[in-house]
Amino acid sequence: MQKNFTQLENFGHSLSAPSYLIKPTSIDEINEAFSLAKKSGLAVTARGAGRSYNDAALIGGGIMLDMRGMNAITEWDPATGLITAQPGTTLEQVWQKVEPAGWWPPVVSGTMTTTLGGCLAANIHGKNNFRMGPIGEHVVEFNAILPTGAEITCSPKKNGDLFYAMISGLGMLGIFTSVTMQTKRIYSGLLSVDAFPVRNLHEHLTALLDGAPNHNYIVGWLDGTASGKSLGRGQIHATRYLNEGEDPNPQETMKVSNQILPPLIFGVFPKSLLHYFMAPFMNNLGAWGINTAKYIASLPKHTFRQPHAAFHFLLDYVPDWELSYGRGGLIQYQSFVPKETAEAAWTEILTLSNKNGLPSYLGVTKRHRPDKFLLTHAVDGFSLAMDFKVTNGNRAKLGAMLQEFDKIILQAGGRFYFAKNSETTAETAQAFYGAETIERFRKLKKRCDPNGLLESDLYRRIFE
Amino acid sequence: MSNSPKPIQATPLNPRRRGIIIGASDGIGAALARKLAKEGYTIALVARRKDKLNTLCAEINSAEKDACVFPYVHDVANYDEVPDLLRKIIADLGGLDLLVFMAGVNFPPGLTSYNFEGDRKMIEVNLIGAMAWLSPVAEMFQNAKAGQIVGISSVAGDRGRVGNPGYNTSKAALTTYLEALRNRLTRHGVNVLTVKPGFVNTEMVKAAQGSTPFIISPEQAADDIYKAMRKRKQVIYTAPIWRWIMLIIQHVPSVIFRRMSF
Repeated sequence: MQKNFTQLENFGHSLSAPSYLIKPTSIDEINEAFSLAKKSGLAVTARGAGRSYNDAALIGGGIMLDMRGMNAITEWDPATGLITAQPGTTLEQVWQKVEPAGWWPPVVSGTMTTTLGGCLAANIHGKNNFRMGPIGEHVVEFNAILPTGAEITCSPKKNGDLFYAMISGLGMLGIFTSVTMQTKRIYSGLLSVDAFPVRNLHEHLTALLDGAPNHNYIVGWLDGTASGKSLGRGQIHATRYLNEGEDPNPQETMKVSNQILPPLIFGVFPKSLLHYFMAPFMNNLGAWGINTAKYIASLPKHTFRQPHAAFHFLLDYVPDWELSYGRGGLIQYQSFVPKETAEAAWTEILTLSNKNGLPSYLGVTKRHRPDKFLLTHAVDGFSLAMDFKVTNGNRAKLGAMLQEFDKIILQAGGRFYFAKNSETTAETAQAFYGAETIERFRKLKKRCDPNGLLESDLYRRIFE
Repeated sequence: MSNSPKPIQATPLNPRRRGIIIGASDGIGAALARKLAKEGYTIALVARRKDKLNTLCAEINSAEKDACVFPYVHDVANYDEVPDLLRKIIADLGGLDLLVFMAGVNFPPGLTSYNFEGDRKMIEVNLIGAMAWLSPVAEMFQNAKAGQIVGISSVAGDRGRVGNPGYNTSKAALTTYLEALRNRLTRHGVNVLTVKPGFVNTEMVKAAQGSTPFIISPEQAADDIYKAMRKRKQVIYTAPIWRWIMLIIQHVPSVIFRRMSF
């Protein structure tokens, strides 16, 4: 086992922990890992691409199953848009398979490197959450293996309680072995994007609220360095699919080669080097400069067409962008707040972060609606994701500030998302999930995993 | 599976380094445990004497107002226990960044007598005990491409002297073993620090009943070790003056050294 001892990191490079890494290629090998765990008294976590910003895919001193060895697309029907794939399959594999036939994954994350298993465990949302819900709502059926060795099939009708708990269940009830998902029909490889500026938080949230019903996707960029009258300013991208006939040549625009992000900028400069050039700007002054310049550039209102991949996978635009945050890495703080209380709560936290000299270097807003999954993070309202650089010097102050944020968000009836927030305490989680939800989760946990084999560092932080 | 109370959970804003100190119940080990707890480590303290270990843990945890140190009872001569115990400790701590091997025994036979039983025990604890722990940890750190190993050897390993052939041998062998690990592991990003204390005011030195020049407190030794760890040094003497003393002693020609009796 010592040979498998591997240091693993989170997406933001802000936390690492060593585990005994095993890369199963079959259900039998997952079962063997469970036996090994039981015999050696260790915990097990499954990991996909490791794109969580926190400790969801870390288990220090335990057994880590790297699920990327199980990444086959086993069935694809271009007539119905139903796709069945193993849990290690990435969204990149999925969209490249389905798009040429005129389909698109119903919900995607900001990076295409995530795996289906990871997407289901976190129950990811996209910029269309207000319309399409989280990815779980498009899962027709999944198979999973429980730590007891039992293999189960779940759909909204069959084993419904487990269906709604394992999706969003952070991988703590069982391990997905196969996922069947309904993809969405599209009539062009391009999207129509309306881009327009918003001058303050009130305008920002009004634009999200009013813009959502007329669009398929809506997302805001928020300038975390702006304060005073400009607090919450930014730019909205409100986007819709093209209708049948709007694109004269859909076969051409839906080709994978016309979607893929170019590896060079200005045709000469390799993007893989870009993060080195971003690093010098990753401080308060540099971030202010970049955010201000971006705001000024966003002032002219315009409409343009953009390939799906370019619109959705912004995080893949600059490879290894996380490295530009330096040795301490970055954390993301994402709060989900009801539409009635969001403006007041975020005014408070944005003001607080500016006052503390700890502005978010990148802020992103979205529109959401509630869903039926057990550990849901969604509300009828908005989310604001804030990226913070972590340094040896700011840890204590940033930590204290985020605890303040948590209080403000809880007060506002808000929630948090466990692919993102790393500092949420067990008490905070209890407060927004409610004791009843946690109790239901614990009961299912006991039923699926009576020996408590599945544990991640996140689980230890929140549920133990 | 974890001890109660459970260790503080590491987060990006509250990162915890995790360490094991073998031979921690008193002396330099206890002082280093206090120091590392203060510096934000979560530590497993491994030692033979359960009562002493528990008292020390309670003392440190109440001083730090948090669960930072956890006791594990183990005799380093029970080599077969090591793999399971090591795995358990790493799971309990949630990882491993540091191993300090501090366990050591000393049975001075006297200037003219011989004591195989004592010699054997010193090799079993000071050397083979170290190998039993360091070898699996070295393999783990090598694969993780991270980590730090600290071995407490001694100035006594720098030269074979009339007073205690067995002890000199055990420490000389440990020094060489640590050097070999360093040569293996540096290329994998792992630091190996050899610490050579002179006289430190501990039970072992008190029991030896000789003259004790340049004696320092265990706290001072612990501070020196921590500083060297931070700087990722390779070999240090504590107190530092021993570097110069041993440089001279190592170069005393045998024809003279044979006639000396210290």
